[in-house]
Parts: sequence; structure tokens; C-alpha cells
Amino acid sequence: MISSEVVYQEVYKAVQAMNVSLPVDVAGRLKAAQQQAEGPAQAVLGQINENLLIAAREGIPFCQDTGMVWVHVSLGEEVQIRGLKETISRAVADAYREGYFRSSVVEDPLRERKNTGTNLPAVFHFDIVPGRTLEIYILAKGFGSENCSRVFMLKPTQGREAVIDSVCAVMKEARGVPCPPVVLGVGIGGTFDYAALLSKRALTRALDHPHPCPYYAQLESDLLEAVNALGIGPGGLGGGCTALAVKVESFSTHIAGLPVAVTVNCWADRRAKVLLSEI
Amino acid sequence: MTKRIILPLQNAAELKAGEEVLLCGELIGARDQAHQRMLALLNSGRELPFSLAGAVIYYVGPAPTPPGKVIGSAGPTTAGRMDVFTPALLDAGLKGMVGKGNRSLEVVEAMRRNVAVYFYASGGCGALYAQCIKRAEPIAFTDLGPEAVFRLVVEDFPVIVAIDSQGRSVFA
Ligand code: SF4
Repeated sequence: MISSEVVYQEVYKAVQAMNVSLPVDVAGRLKAAQQQAEGPAQAVLGQINENLLIAAREGIPFCQDTGMVWVHVSLGEEVQIRGLKETISRAVADAYREGYFRSSVVEDPLRERKNTGTNLPAVFHFDIVPGRTLEIYILAKGFGSENCSRVFMLKPTQGREAVIDSVCAVMKEARGVPCPPVVLGVGIGGTFDYAALLSKRALTRALDHPHPCPYYAQLESDLLEAVNALGIGPGGLGGGCTALAVKVESFSTHIAGLPVAVTVNCWADRRAKVLLSEI
Repeated sequence: MTKRIILPLQNAAELKAGEEVLLCGELIGARDQAHQRMLALLNSGRELPFSLAGAVIYYVGPAPTPPGKVIGSAGPTTAGRMDVFTPALLDAGLKGMVGKGNRSLEVVEAMRRNVAVYFYASGGCGALYAQCIKRAEPIAFTDLGPEAVFRLVVEDFPVIVAIDSQGRSVFA
């Protein structure tokens, strides 16, 4: 049995930390990018890095858009746990309120658009897997970048090149809006909706961990190169650093299709992971 | 030394796209809903509750203010969403805007016509900009809560001239 109290504590800590400091790999890439940039690009990266220092020092969120929370739970079928969704939601609401993070969620997407005031609900996905572990992957998704995300239903024969073109098309349309340098999650295969989910799951993987399959690892690095060749640059002010990383997840698909989804994430690439085991 | 610009903006014509500058003085914080209201007032021939002469608007929707702080995290929001409202405000005396992302051709045209500039603030840098805000008070449309119009007194607020009064742009 994994206690809800432990889940609450761990999720609370993770959610609070993710809005105040970036994962070390993201922060490291931003620092490295600043050293290589020049002109306005260097100024923008310098401000982003200074901003991160101030946020950590002051204990305030580095970006005012503290996002909508996205949660992917991978639950081992031997794990016993009660009220998991409710516990995670409570931890999210408390972390947002006590951290002075902005509540950015409206109750109904069309009618009134009244802020719920708690940053709830979060978006949940559950997966049941063999074993005794509980894995909770969390993103705090800003919408300047989320609004730039797209799904394409390509023809099955279009293949790899068309995937690269689609990803580039997303960034050509987005330009400076999603706060580049961006991190892109690309989902390939499955169905229309599943490709989109894969593109989010891709964002839960650390930037320094390439795809375990060499074919897709190569695709990740080719995509990164293609996106950076667009010259959009930090903040859209030009330069070679448009993306910090491109992460790919793939899945089997239908003979007649090739779904490709791209989730655009900003430099505020907030991700957290909580891993717990049944003892 | 980075150039300091004192607000309200006097010398918009001298600013060149690509220049890094520090803003000091008063910014007007306003975003989507406030823009809609300002336009409605102007369209009905009424006065705004604050002056736009030489004013610089900052497109911002801050995080809640923690105890003991002037303002919560307060980075720029996407300027493009304000594009439909901006030309009328420029015609009414607005001299500058601070935000992230590019502007429409109509906005750039109105900027040339009225000798105004658009400053780029680094997207997402909410903590950095919050530090440069020394005072913050709602001055209009307070019923809009965080979307009300705010008077923001800033010091050395770092921005880049993104589109100058001649329509030159740094956007790639
Ligand atoms: S796109 Fe990301 S970094 Fe930019 S304002 Fe939104 S959440 Fe912040």
C-alpha cells in the first residue's frame, strides 16, 4: 500500500519546485546557448538566465504563466492506493495557492470563462502497467506555447521527410510567440488523439536522454537541426537557437495513416517526476 | 552602458530597432479585457480614465503578489492578441508598447503614422521584470481583477527596441 499522504507530499514538493526552478538539463542548455549566441539573441538568453537566478533566489515563479497542470500516471497493477486523483489534485491546488502561482484555469471553455481559482482541474492520463511502482509525470503547461501546438494527419507514404516538414511548419507559424528557445514534443503514430498524447509524453523525458531506439534518436537530432536552421532564434529575434531539444515518441498506427502531433513547449520547460514503490 | 529611457516617452523617433534599452518611469499595465474596454470607450467618443499621451503600455497579467512584495511574477504576454485594439490607441496618443511576439502590419503602419515603438520584453521572464517594478496600483477597470489597468513604476526595465517608428523590425 502506498499512502496518500506520501503521494500528497511528493507531488506538492514537485509542483512547487517546478515553477521556481527548471530541471538542470534545461537550465544547462540555456546557459550553453547564451555563450554561443550574439546580438539580440544573446540579450534574450541573458535575461532568461538572469530571470532564473532571481526566481530561485526569491522563491517566486520564473514565469507568471504557471500553466495548466498535466499529469500522466503509470500505475503498477500490484499497487494498492486510494483516492489517487483526488490526492494529486489537492497537492496541485495547495502548491499553487501557497506558492503564489497564478491560477490560469477557467471552469467552462465557452460559457463565462470563470477562473476556478485553484488551477484545477488538472488534465489526467492513466496507464496500468505490470509491477509494484507508481510513476507520476507532471508538466505545467504554459499556453503561449500550447496554443502553437498542432496535429497533422499525414498520408502513410509521406514518411520521414514529411514529419520533419510538419514540425518545421509548426515553428514557422509560431515564430517568437511560444517563447523560444522551445522544447518540442513530437508524437508519431497511433490515432489522432494518441499522437497528441505521445507528443506530451515525449516532453516528460529528460533532454539528455535521447530516444532509446537509434532510428528515432537520429530523427530527434535531425529535427533539432532542421528547426534551428529556421533562424527564428530566442524570442523570435533571430539566431541559431530556436529549440533546445526535440523529443519523439512513436507508436504503431493504421495502414492508411501517419498521425503526427507536435506539442510546443517554451524554454519554461517545466516537468517533474514522482516515483514511488510498494514496499 | 545600456541607454536609459525616461517615461513618458519623448523621443520615440530616436530609437532604432535592435537597441537594448532600460525603461524608467511609468508603464501602464493592460491586457486583453482592458484593451477591449479602452477601445469601446474611444469608439463611443468618451475619455479614458487615464491619459495615453506619451504612454507606454505593458502587456502583462501578473501572478499573485506574495506578502512583502510589490508584485508577483510579471513577464510579458503575447502582443499579437492586442493587435486589433492597438491602432486606435496609437491614434489616441499611445507612444509605445512592451510585449512578446511580432505585431500585425496594421499595428506597424499605425506606429509609423504616430511615431511609436514596440519594445520586446523577454517572454516568460516574470521574476526578472517583477524585480524592476517598484510600485504597482490599479488605476482603472478594477472590476477586472488581475486584468485591470495598472500603473507600474519601473526602474531599469530591460527591453529591446523590436519595431521602431520607421517600421524596422528585429523579428526574424
Ligand atoms: S510561453 Fe512559456 S515562457 Fe512564455 S509566457 Fe507562456 S509559459 Fe511563460
